[in-house]
Amino acid sequence: MDQSPVRALNFSHGSVMTETPPSFVPPPDEAANRPGPETRPVFCAIAWLAQAGQSGPCFTGGYALPASKPRVGLLVTCLVDLFRPSIGFAAVHLLEEAGCEVIVPAQTCCGQPAYNSGDRADAKSLALQVMQSFASCDYVVAPSGSCGGMLAKHYPDLFADEPDLHATAIAFGAKCHELVSFLTDVMKITRVDAHYPHTVTYHDSCSGLRELGIEAQPRQLLNSVQGLTLVELAQADVCCGFGGTFAVKYGEISDAIVTHKVAQASQAQAEVLLAGDLGCLMNMAGKLARQGSAMEVRHIAEVLAGMTQAPAIAAAPERAR
Amino acid sequence: MSLHSTTPQFKDNAHHALHDAQLQKALGNVRNNFVERRASAAARLPEFDALRDSARAIKDHVLAHLDLYLERYEAQVVAQGGKVHFARSAQEACDEIVAICKAHGAKSVTKGKSMVSEEIGLNAAIEAAGMEAVETDLGEYIIQLRGETPSHIIAPAVHLNKEQVEEDFRRVHTHLPIDRDLTQPETLLSEARGILRAKFLGADIGITGANFLVAETGSSIIVTNEGNGDLTQILPRVHIVVASLEKIVPTLDDAAQIMRVLARSATGQDMTVYSTISTGPRRPGDVDGPEHYHVVLVDNGRSRMIGSEFEEMLRCIRCGACMNHCPVYHAVGGHAYGWVYPGPMGAVLTPSLIGVEEGGQLPNASTFCGRCESVCPVHIPLPKLMRHWREREFERHLNPALQRYGLRLWAFIARHELVYRLLTAIAMPILAWLGRKSGRFSHLPLAGGWTQYRDMPAPQGKTFQEQWRAKGGRCS
Repeated sequence: MDQSPVRALNFSHGSVMTETPPSFVPPPDEAANRPGPETRPVFCAIAWLAQAGQSGPCFTGGYALPASKPRVGLLVTCLVDLFRPSIGFAAVHLLEEAGCEVIVPAQTCCGQPAYNSGDRADAKSLALQVMQSFASCDYVVAPSGSCGGMLAKHYPDLFADEPDLHATAIAFGAKCHELVSFLTDVMKITRVDAHYPHTVTYHDSCSGLRELGIEAQPRQLLNSVQGLTLVELAQADVCCGFGGTFAVKYGEISDAIVTHKVAQASQAQAEVLLAGDLGCLMNMAGKLARQGSAMEVRHIAEVLAGMTQAPAIAAAPERAR
Repeated sequence: MSLHSTTPQFKDNAHHALHDAQLQKALGNVRNNFVERRASAAARLPEFDALRDSARAIKDHVLAHLDLYLERYEAQVVAQGGKVHFARSAQEACDEIVAICKAHGAKSVTKGKSMVSEEIGLNAAIEAAGMEAVETDLGEYIIQLRGETPSHIIAPAVHLNKEQVEEDFRRVHTHLPIDRDLTQPETLLSEARGILRAKFLGADIGITGANFLVAETGSSIIVTNEGNGDLTQILPRVHIVVASLEKIVPTLDDAAQIMRVLARSATGQDMTVYSTISTGPRRPGDVDGPEHYHVVLVDNGRSRMIGSEFEEMLRCIRCGACMNHCPVYHAVGGHAYGWVYPGPMGAVLTPSLIGVEEGGQLPNASTFCGRCESVCPVHIPLPKLMRHWREREFERHLNPALQRYGLRLWAFIARHELVYRLLTAIAMPILAWLGRKSGRFSHLPLAGGWTQYRDMPAPQGKTFQEQWRAKGGRCS
């Protein structure tokens, strides 16, 4: 059934496990008017027929149909798309192992730079573009708390004055998630089967932490990685100084903030610094590299997926761990 | 008369602040102490978050009915024998206060800590009228000696260390023995107390701010830790309260409710040491109190905020938690913000009060990390309000052209998926090839703000989407 190209990549990594078999829980906005597949076989059959040409869920024959896989649109984020595709493939792997069907609709940018720079018109047109591209997905998942927060929390704000679009944006926002919290909170993943024999520390990126409440989830999954030792970073909840265009517009202040952050990361006595947002990671990795630090910087998805073949962020190829 | 701002030079101010080793050391105390104390105070009170919601509700209610409560407050002050003066601007407020001082033939004025008096430039106005104005809060007294403005709304001298204070005391208090010991905080405090005691007793007028104005009773409430506010308002013949109009709360109960979150958010105390209520002048039979009681209610741009997208800023109770938790404030301190109010609350309030043309740097100088909003006792969505200022600037083409065109170019590319696909398919492999050896760039054209301070990681090569499509990954 699975023609997913990422499986064909044949990365050597383990699988994701769940406490209970993952079953498709419709997003809240659809839950009310959408019958559950297990309880309504007739509806399910119709739904299956409608989807058959695309995804082909396993049909076991006879009467009972298995739960269909949630159809997850990966919003890979422009930074990951352009700078670090390995995070995108790690995300695809984690989602598929969690029992999702992953699609990657054509995409560019979620509109956050425009939104945070006061350019509401461009932010709106990019938001509409994203909502349209991902309309057919049950969920939209991004390997980023900041882009995830943009979709989930700020799209509704963006259209607050336009009743029709506001309702659409709220419904859309309700199905948008950051990757790690989607795995734990929606797909009910409690552990991953990855091996990473290193001491790591984790920085809570601001949007994920404060807009989406992502704090325990990454730690839970990291602690399930074999060989991994997680040490806490002092003041892990304090901003790294990235802030999108802030890092360029106020480079000197941003530098002071990231200098403090990487000093604390160094004090944590970890080999690897992890976070869930590539912007923050590039900022911290760029600073550590400028300081000549040996600390590696990676996105958490790479470690959870067991896909750490690529050199660390800002690292030369031979430094790959 | 409003205080002159250096806010347009925010970046230069920040540059100097970042290279001031002493300041950087002092800011370390803000970063650590305030944050820990607030967290532990909040943790000790299970209903802390419920109280925050309640405080927000009280302030929202007042803002929705401000006219009603202002009238009620004024009527109550008058009924208690006091007088209320409404001042539309900083100039009007200073004029009113100076006129009251002159009418009473005042020579010396003592002042309790008041940010709105900083905002309207009151000390300068009093001194220009030939009177002495003495700050009696220890921190305010120190910065007055130095000719500085507060660098923090509740800890005005937080940017200083005790050696600097000793130097100032020796410079100004020349009548005291040269060989006295001023190396300990206690000895500094004791010297200031001695000096200020004489000022309290000799003052003709006492001016205080207000944390709350209570419509129910016509009272003003100040919370302090030094008791200087009490001496300021009880000893002189005339007590003038200067407060901005959003300080109104309906009842004493409401004030008490908000006080439960105020000190915890500010200093991590359960309660400030002094909470002082003053209601009108001395009544027959009172053992102390002023003979005359005036309230100067300052608008200075606030009524314009009501009904605008910035109205929520008027809920602010001036606890300082936002700046205590702000990475930008931690990096540059309060003076860099260039006007009266620093930190995230200042970044929203400053353009509201002095105009976005002058204050526009501040709402841009934020990473939108949201830590301020997460600790605000009245849930002001500070990042959202800063973003609204950025929108106003963008609409009016106030932000730099390069930044503007850069963003619009990116938005154009992002709105045209094929253009995005084509450009990135060419650009990313080239960049990856250029950075293939070290995995990063130490210089990049147009990204100097980044690469001046840190390296830019090199891209891996082909974009994710290009690789995904090449592998036959599903796009719909």
